Amino acid sequence: MAKPAKTATEAPQRPEQPDRQLGPVMKFFSGPAKWADDRTGIGGIMSGRIPNIFNLRKVFPDHWSFMLGEIALYSFIVLLLTGVFLTLWFKPSMGEIEYNGSYQLLRGLPMSEAYASTLNISFDVRGGLLIRQIHHWAALLFVAAMLTHSMRIFFTGGFRKPREINWVIGATLLFLGMTEGFLGYSIPDDLLSGVGVRIIFGAVLSIPLVGTYLFTWFLGGEYPGDLLVPRMYMLHILLIPAVILALVGVHLILIFYHKHTQFPGPGRTEKNVVGYPFFPVYTAKAGGFFFIVFGVIVLMAAVIQINPIWTYGPYNPAEVSAGSQPDWYIGYLEGALRLMPNWEWHIGATTWSWNIFIPAILGFVALPGAIGIYPFLEKWVTGDDLEHHVLDRPRNAPNRTAIGVSAITVYVVLMIAGANDIVATHFHISLNSITLVLRWGIFILPIITFMITKRICIGLQRTAYDRVLHGSESGVIHRSPSGGYSEPHTPITQGEAFAITQHHEYQPITPGPVTDANGVARKGTTKERARRPFTRWYFGHNVAKPTAAEIEEAAHHHGGHEAEGNGQEAIESGERADEQVGAGHSD
Amino acid sequence: MSTSSGTSGVGGETHEEMNPEQQIAREDYAGHDMPVHEPAHPVPDPGVEEHIPRLTDVDQAAADRVERQVVTMFMLVPVTAVLFVLSYYLIPRDSFVDFGPLHASAKHVALGLTLGIGVLLIGLATQQWARQLMANNEIIEERHPGHSPADANEEAMNQLTVGIDESGVPRRKMLIYSALGAIGILAAPALVLLTDLGPVAGPNYRRRTFETTLWKEGVRLVNDITYTPIRPEDLEIGQLVNGVPENLKDLTGAAFNDAKAKAPIVIVRMNPADIKIPADRKDWQVAGILVYSKICTHVGCPISLWEQQTHHLLCPCHQSTFDLADSGKVVFGPAARALPQLPIKINDEGFLVARSGFPVPVGPSYFERDSRKDLGQSGEYR
Amino acid sequence: MRLLSSRRRHPAAKALLLVAALFVIGAVYAAVAPTEQSAAEPNTSQQVTKGKELFSVNCSSCHGLNGEGTSQGPSLVGVGAAAVNFQVSTGRMPLARPGAQAPVKPREFNDEEVAALAAYVATLGPGPAIPNASQYSTDGLTDEEIARGGELFRTNCSACHNFTGRGGALPGGKHAPSLVGVSNLHIYEAMLTGPQQMPVFSDQVLPSQQKRQIIAYLDSIHQEPNHGGLDLGGLGPVSEGIVGWAIGIGCLIGFAIWITARGARAR
Repeated sequence: MAKPAKTATEAPQRPEQPDRQLGPVMKFFSGPAKWADDRTGIGGIMSGRIPNIFNLRKVFPDHWSFMLGEIALYSFIVLLLTGVFLTLWFKPSMGEIEYNGSYQLLRGLPMSEAYASTLNISFDVRGGLLIRQIHHWAALLFVAAMLTHSMRIFFTGGFRKPREINWVIGATLLFLGMTEGFLGYSIPDDLLSGVGVRIIFGAVLSIPLVGTYLFTWFLGGEYPGDLLVPRMYMLHILLIPAVILALVGVHLILIFYHKHTQFPGPGRTEKNVVGYPFFPVYTAKAGGFFFIVFGVIVLMAAVIQINPIWTYGPYNPAEVSAGSQPDWYIGYLEGALRLMPNWEWHIGATTWSWNIFIPAILGFVALPGAIGIYPFLEKWVTGDDLEHHVLDRPRNAPNRTAIGVSAITVYVVLMIAGANDIVATHFHISLNSITLVLRWGIFILPIITFMITKRICIGLQRTAYDRVLHGSESGVIHRSPSGGYSEPHTPITQGEAFAITQHHEYQPITPGPVTDANGVARKGTTKERARRPFTRWYFGHNVAKPTAAEIEEAAHHHGGHEAEGNGQEAIESGERADEQVGAGHSD
Repeated sequence: MSTSSGTSGVGGETHEEMNPEQQIAREDYAGHDMPVHEPAHPVPDPGVEEHIPRLTDVDQAAADRVERQVVTMFMLVPVTAVLFVLSYYLIPRDSFVDFGPLHASAKHVALGLTLGIGVLLIGLATQQWARQLMANNEIIEERHPGHSPADANEEAMNQLTVGIDESGVPRRKMLIYSALGAIGILAAPALVLLTDLGPVAGPNYRRRTFETTLWKEGVRLVNDITYTPIRPEDLEIGQLVNGVPENLKDLTGAAFNDAKAKAPIVIVRMNPADIKIPADRKDWQVAGILVYSKICTHVGCPISLWEQQTHHLLCPCHQSTFDLADSGKVVFGPAARALPQLPIKINDEGFLVARSGFPVPVGPSYFERDSRKDLGQSGEYR
Repeated sequence: MRLLSSRRRHPAAKALLLVAALFVIGAVYAAVAPTEQSAAEPNTSQQVTKGKELFSVNCSSCHGLNGEGTSQGPSLVGVGAAAVNFQVSTGRMPLARPGAQAPVKPREFNDEEVAALAAYVATLGPGPAIPNASQYSTDGLTDEEIARGGELFRTNCSACHNFTGRGGALPGGKHAPSLVGVSNLHIYEAMLTGPQQMPVFSDQVLPSQQKRQIIAYLDSIHQEPNHGGLDLGGLGPVSEGIVGWAIGIGCLIGFAIWITARGARAR
């Protein structure tokens, strides 16, 4: 049977392939290919002569959670494509006109050109409503995928050296994506998004010292003025997409340079990467996934209505609707604004609106800020300056996992708070009670979920180590001649046992000696001492993985039980005797 | 490929005791001496699992079947494309599809389903091809450390040093300082050019804009949208009117919107016996008819959710609640200041008119706002 | 005369005579019998008496024996027939239990009983009468007028009832109900009488013509198909976000799992 190929070039040939005769396609392209190569050296790039960036057979490991970033990337491409289409018809102007398009229920009403052109796209341009809805669903999925992707990387520790830069780029992309989405749904100037713009500018006003100046400066005068939509439009189609594209480019180049991380498993080490070649397998899977993402978005846009601005009406500063919420990714800010108690300082002739500044301004930068800074905080606590290319199973980093879950708890509490009026009407609860309960909940619930998650992780670690030492339960109950009941265990494969025990076992960092070898006081001892309680807390509860000696001992112990006659079970479960853990064989 | 079991240097010692050079061996670039943990492996690495062929690798018929599936899926895509084009031109704009809960434009649904299915089929076919027919041997590639090889770094340092020497800067440092300063100062004109994005919000500007609305003495209160003026006898107890100043209808475009963002009011009529009217506001109301700004003092949403019996006005945005029977004080929610009240009176013709402008700036707070004359919270919910 | 007497022994004479007599009696009765009172004219004492009976059994425990109000319910003096018609024929009244919200529930009284109650309460004090059909009919309104009705709706009503009248939250566990499926008459009466927490929109400030425009807008927007697909309840970005995560990310993760799954092996 085939042994795993050692390197890319040793992959076995498929028997059906003819040897090394160029097919018609390759013959056709050989002329143009040589022309291009003479001028760009592209052949060298494709084959990997520039070390470490690219070659056609570069290896990518295969796991579904590695495709979450692709969902974000492909949604972004869909946004670019549909966005270009929309710019052909959208008029970014707040000039007032009287509507006389085909949507009867708004006939004759005064509205901005922006709103009227969006109605035009929705009703008078064939396929326009479809493209609008594809664009909006793709925007929701873009941010959702970025958040899911960043959660995957967080829980598996994929942000550790050398990937901190990519993590910070990712946090920036999340921030930019949220901003871009907000701008995008505000430029049609409808009543729902207009209320959101009003709120954001009210938040700008709350910035101490400079808020009023920023407000007037960006609006070009009073609110709403007539410069807002054109300015938001410029940011939305020009500046921010350019920055996003550039950052995505750097993000991808770094992934290619570092190679992708991989989960622990047999044959996977910190020094290699096991997977499929870029060409053809990864190209097909990733390229095909683009069409799947695109297809799902189009199908959603085909049958599920989103952002029906014609039912909202044109923006009017004296109108509002019950149940006004922003798009989901701004929901946590909306919730923070709703929960915040009404703290405002009136000092002399100045007003300091903490009730708005803290949730809306600090909250907006706190999410990407907290995300971006985490790798550096963790590095300080763990003192770990080595590279990591094998991912952590979340259970093996209980504190990190618990921190992540409690952060998600805070986020979810804020999202529920942002929809509190819809929760109130649908579940027949008092609106005021929801707000009061969540004001407490936002502090208490994360603590509770932290504790629960940590315990679950530790429990899972123990279960996994139990499997290594004792095998998995076979479900067969044995009664011995003397009357005792026992359940024989089936040994797990060596591959699984290796995967469970592969990770590095961290110890809390002890501060070094106060003086060095020559008796001179060492620098940095205060920082080391300050770090000590954190590192002890972070690693203190880790369950020690079984040592080789413990595994040997457990195997002997179980060897006794198994002799009693469950060799049957061992064979039935398909495990082979020489693959039993602790039998003392290496490969 | 497997690492030997047993401890190695890095795993057991605390990091402080190792110096940086020991941690990161930079001799060999191509893979083996990567700056990574070499953890103790109680279970030895069995190596990558053996490759077991798929059904399509051993069974030619199965592989042919999959090939047919893939090709069929690809060939269906032109069909969906044609259907898309036909739907685009042929389905009337005003026909609708009624299918269960779906009541939507038929053209839209047809365009979306054809395009979506077509695109999805390309993806599904490609995946089937990759999963079942492309070679799926896992291959292994060596990693390299994140850093560049030692000689590359040295070379880079050399080139940098030689270049700096040749530039003349080490002896004449002012060259580089003045050059950087000159380029850096270009930021000033660039930033200054942005100043005219908007007016400077100095005290005079603020007085004219933030602190002024269309309301002044004698301006009639009229119903929003219809501009019908209002007499007190038109209003019943429990009535709410969304009002604007009559002179709003003289404005259009941006000026109209700017004024409408500050001037709207809510007019409510309550039984005087049920409400608190402080002595200094006795002539701000007419027979239990009180007028408040419609713009929330939190972040500026318009409010008109009024509860007739509790006299509470709820803003739907963040649930700030104001008690209109108690000078608009805040009873719940994140708003910090009471809703400004507009003093009103009856003019000679019997219509409701403003007695003056708003006594405080309306709308959200801003840093330079003098909020000492505003009211705060009512004791009710707190 | 001779025509009739010469045929008085005709076999059909008796039958015809009977029919004629019935016809005459019917005609005389129709001429003198009182016409059935429409609820808009609560002056028939019979109706008022019936209404008072119904009232004392079903309503007086909360509203007082003479509608003067108690601690459990407000005074009904001056609320008018329109208010009673609205509250009782939508089933809000009688309340099943005391509470802040009077929800719509199956009505307990038929049209005749509602009319009687309305007639009785109207006698307690002058108040808005039940509007006649021309006041709430939406016939004859132009597209521009219906569009204007939309603007009026969004200025006066959507803050409580949502953009398209799907309902909204009020403080303390109350809510402004959905307007989907509510009859034109009831919408008119609600605006006119200001039920429970809803404010009053009197005809002097918001005349019939404008109320008709609002009603016409609501009718149109509720009958209109959802051009872009399923409308997810008309609640806006909250449901869109939930669907985006559940269906969008859910489906795509499902596909990702399929793409990277090991699949069937030959052994």
